[in-house]
Amino acid sequence: MSDIRNELKYVSSHEWIRLEEDGTVTIGITDHAQDSLGDVVYVETPEVGTALAEGDEAGVVESVKAASDIYAPISGEVVAVNEVLEDAPETVNESPYDDGWFFRMQPSDASELDKLLDADGYREVVDSE
Amino acid sequence: METQQEQLLKTPLNRLHRELGAKLVPFAGYEMPVQYPAGVVREHLHTREAAGLFDVSHMGQIVISGTGVREALESLVPVDLGKLSDDQQTYAVFTNAEGGIEDDLIITRWSEEQYFLVVNGACKLQDLAHLQANLPDFSIEYLDGRGLLALQGPAARGVMQQLAPEAAALTFMNGVRVSIDGVSCYVTCSGYTGEDGFEISVAAEDAEAIARKLLDFTEVEPIGLGARDTLRLEAGLCLYGHDMDQATTPVEAGLLWSISKPRRTGGEKQGGFPGAQKILAQITDGTQMKRVGFVVQGRAPVREGAELVNASGQPIGRVTSGGFSPTLNVPIAMGYVEIDYIAPDTEVFALVRGKPRALKVARMPLVSQRYFRG
Repeated sequence: MSDIRNELKYVSSHEWIRLEEDGTVTIGITDHAQDSLGDVVYVETPEVGTALAEGDEAGVVESVKAASDIYAPISGEVVAVNEVLEDAPETVNESPYDDGWFFRMQPSDASELDKLLDADGYREVVDSE
Repeated sequence: METQQEQLLKTPLNRLHRELGAKLVPFAGYEMPVQYPAGVVREHLHTREAAGLFDVSHMGQIVISGTGVREALESLVPVDLGKLSDDQQTYAVFTNAEGGIEDDLIITRWSEEQYFLVVNGACKLQDLAHLQANLPDFSIEYLDGRGLLALQGPAARGVMQQLAPEAAALTFMNGVRVSIDGVSCYVTCSGYTGEDGFEISVAAEDAEAIARKLLDFTEVEPIGLGARDTLRLEAGLCLYGHDMDQATTPVEAGLLWSISKPRRTGGEKQGGFPGAQKILAQITDGTQMKRVGFVVQGRAPVREGAELVNASGQPIGRVTSGGFSPTLNVPIAMGYVEIDYIAPDTEVFALVRGKPRALKVARMPLVSQRYFRG
């Protein structure tokens, strides 16, 4: 069974979202997503300063087997990226919810946060696959 | 989706794959393990360091018999089968009238009047029809459902030594019939990883017992199709339908070594196979495109289908297989480029998500083959 954390929000394209105290959000891919992808060998994160709309392609994660797009779960500006992934992409497999985060955004529309799935909602997405 | 899965065939090891926690995917009409819980990278490295066990029972095993079968088979493949002694094998391609490749295969001589063929799973029914149409006077027996296991890696020979010493004495591209725990097996020293190792043909009902016996050795771990693909890519070996197909000739595919000298222009058995005129002309005159290996500069993998361009942005070819090399820890690829770009270290570019990525042409195999030639 994959690890789905109750304190996080999710989207059905398998990104997780953590609301930080400073109002930014941190984004990564779920344990289920890293497990389906297999060994991650390359991650392309967006550039800091990029403005993204909800659903925009924000980057790519590639495993030995395949490439998979990362989408912006909300609209906003990219304020930080996880540079560890450049040299150690396998961190995504080892620690998908902590050290393996992808990027951080400053949301431009707080109402979008209400549309995100909670852990139970995401569990249903995973179970229906 | 579900109806599709119901139609998938199962190999004799399907139950074992499930027990081992394999991720099963459709491949060549079969439900096959793409990886086990260890994952592609660990499975790959384990095969290079110790020994991996692969289920390749989806491949087609065919026995052809009859007086004059050697000459008949030679009419379909550009190989001199006369050089084989009993239990010796050779790589070959079935060519078509245009010189393209219908499939690649391994032919083993069992006797003067009997040959054993192993063909690709995805092509086996067409191959069978091709053989039946072209060799109507011979007995063609499709060993449907028979198991085929591959034991590959530097520890494979030590394991085989404890199970069947006669098989452990084999050199590359030779076979022997042995008994392992009372089970009759045909073992050859061959494979698709670039490593020393063996392929074991065994009756369906005995395949699981032999696989379990092999997995009992601590050196041996089960390996899925994911690692099989990265291993063969490092070893510079073609995957049919990707790195060569009906529109690619063996000369373009860099398989000139597989065309026996006597079948070439001036040889004593010159031509006499489908597409000979085109293929022999290409040997003399060269081709416009050729298959080469690449090491990708940077970390982003370049996948099958990516267009290749030169420094001025002009199209010069395409990638036919691409992925990540766990041994070299860089992305690698294989593909076709115009003949001006085949020299090692030539820089070309692949367009990946709109961005040009540099690749360097590299001599294949990218990881040294370790076949045991005695």
